[in-house]
Amino acid sequence: MNDNLYQYILQLSDNSMILGHRLSELCGHGPSLETDIALTNISLDLYGQTRSYCQYAAKVKGEDFNEDTVAFLRTEREYKNVLLVEQPNTDFAYIIVRQFLFDAYHLPLLEQLKNSKDEMIAAIAAKSIKEVSYHHRFSSEWVKRLGDGTEESHQKMQEALDYLWAYAGELFEESQIEKWAKEEGIGADLNAIHEEYKKDIEAVFAEATLTIPEYDPYQQGGKNGIHSEHMGYILTELQYMQRTYPNMTW
Amino acid sequence: MSEKEIIDLEEQFQARIDRGENIEPKDWMPEKYRKTHIRQISQHAHSEIVGMLPEGNWITRTPSLRRKVALLAKVQDEAGHGLYLYSATETLGISRDELFEQLHSGKAKYSSIFNYPVITWADIGAIGWLVDGAAIMNQVMLTRTSYGPYARAMVRICKEESFHQRQGYEIMLTLAQGTKVQKEMAQDALNRWWWPSLMMFGPTDEASTHTEQSMKWKIKRKTNDELRQQFVNQTVPQAEFLGLTIPDKDLKWNEERGQYDFGEIDWDEFWRVVKGHGPCNKERLHARKSAYEKGKWVRDAAVAYADKKAKQTLKEAV
Repeated sequence: MNDNLYQYILQLSDNSMILGHRLSELCGHGPSLETDIALTNISLDLYGQTRSYCQYAAKVKGEDFNEDTVAFLRTEREYKNVLLVEQPNTDFAYIIVRQFLFDAYHLPLLEQLKNSKDEMIAAIAAKSIKEVSYHHRFSSEWVKRLGDGTEESHQKMQEALDYLWAYAGELFEESQIEKWAKEEGIGADLNAIHEEYKKDIEAVFAEATLTIPEYDPYQQGGKNGIHSEHMGYILTELQYMQRTYPNMTW
Repeated sequence: MSEKEIIDLEEQFQARIDRGENIEPKDWMPEKYRKTHIRQISQHAHSEIVGMLPEGNWITRTPSLRRKVALLAKVQDEAGHGLYLYSATETLGISRDELFEQLHSGKAKYSSIFNYPVITWADIGAIGWLVDGAAIMNQVMLTRTSYGPYARAMVRICKEESFHQRQGYEIMLTLAQGTKVQKEMAQDALNRWWWPSLMMFGPTDEASTHTEQSMKWKIKRKTNDELRQQFVNQTVPQAEFLGLTIPDKDLKWNEERGQYDFGEIDWDEFWRVVKGHGPCNKERLHARKSAYEKGKWVRDAAVAYADKKAKQTLKEAV
């Protein structure tokens, strides 16, 4: 088994899965029916991607692994998503800012992965690009709408950005696995993505009349499996059935 | 308009319905027809939206990724149904905000079934199988109802609902073929959901206040009791196939009637839940109100932003 490849797939997969999980918590509780439907759609797309990645990871892993054992039956330290995606749904401003900060990274990432030497990763990326461009359109439009909406919405958005900005840096901190994947021609070059990212978010936040905080985004750890305290609760729900009733078919 | 003119109009109106014509939003209609439709369609819309909550609470805990995606999609479909139905109600001259206000104040009702707690994974299967199954019986009839926008919304809704029902049954089948624990979970879910599902058809024909007028306007084509019987007849063999026992000691095939006889519904429970004293009435309403209140600043900002953009466009045009 190629453990580096397995780890790299998990990292891609866990970002989609944990963000998909956060969005799925909102189903039925959105600020309007239209946004409820849209956020659930994004969650569905992310879970669709998760399934493709987990199926592939299970194949790479071999033995008796399947998409569910890969997705559900790991310990917290074995999940490799960035800290940004596990941050809670504090309010709609946090939800939108978190989404946009991730989408602005996710889209150029997939553009690169589409040319990955690994055919399976390239295929999953090619399929996901269309979905993620929609996510990006949705979140960037809402950033503008709420940033430049009312005084109250502006204030809430600025507060969310001030808080979540701390988590935006980890996306571009290259982990050992990402370095390996880049050198193998399997993974992406995070520096190149970062340049695009900066241009994109600066333009959108400027139009939204929001100010990007001056502090360095300092939070990191998720890529190495060191998560925030939120993660344990996410996994408690996510793994509940698989842990309570092991080895059953559902 | 004189009284005679109104009576003439009402007769012509009824004749159109009798001929099987659809009534469209701009057509003349008796005030009572309009009000009844606002009540019924919005009640249906509210049921879809409140109905997202009990199943939604399992989305984060599904046992597999495949089930996760299916459940998310199902609950999202319900939001979509709510959306078409609110739109259909709006064609009768009432706004969505007013409709929400009626729901939140308790003036408008929604299906009582959603006031029961969804406590195990098997409940998700039982809801799809029984609750969606019962809902479809009402809804298929409504695809031919007299009010055009309602009938058209129902055509689309029915297609999705029958898919949900098959999905629910498939969950039950998987459990029934599973381990002892899974079988017990399935039986327990059937025990808890069977009677509330029968209550979904409403009071008995004798006690039903709206049936007669509704039949005349083709909002209903079968009575509550007829539909309930049809549901029992259809569901008993399905339970047998699963190897599960329906929790009714009086249930037995009646050769003479060619139908199943079944036991008496606990009508005290029915009225208690309708009147707001079911296990989850307060939680469901609270969740809806809270989403609405917490979303106010978002909706306000969207309107303010749209206004701003419209003014900009106008300025540029000038």
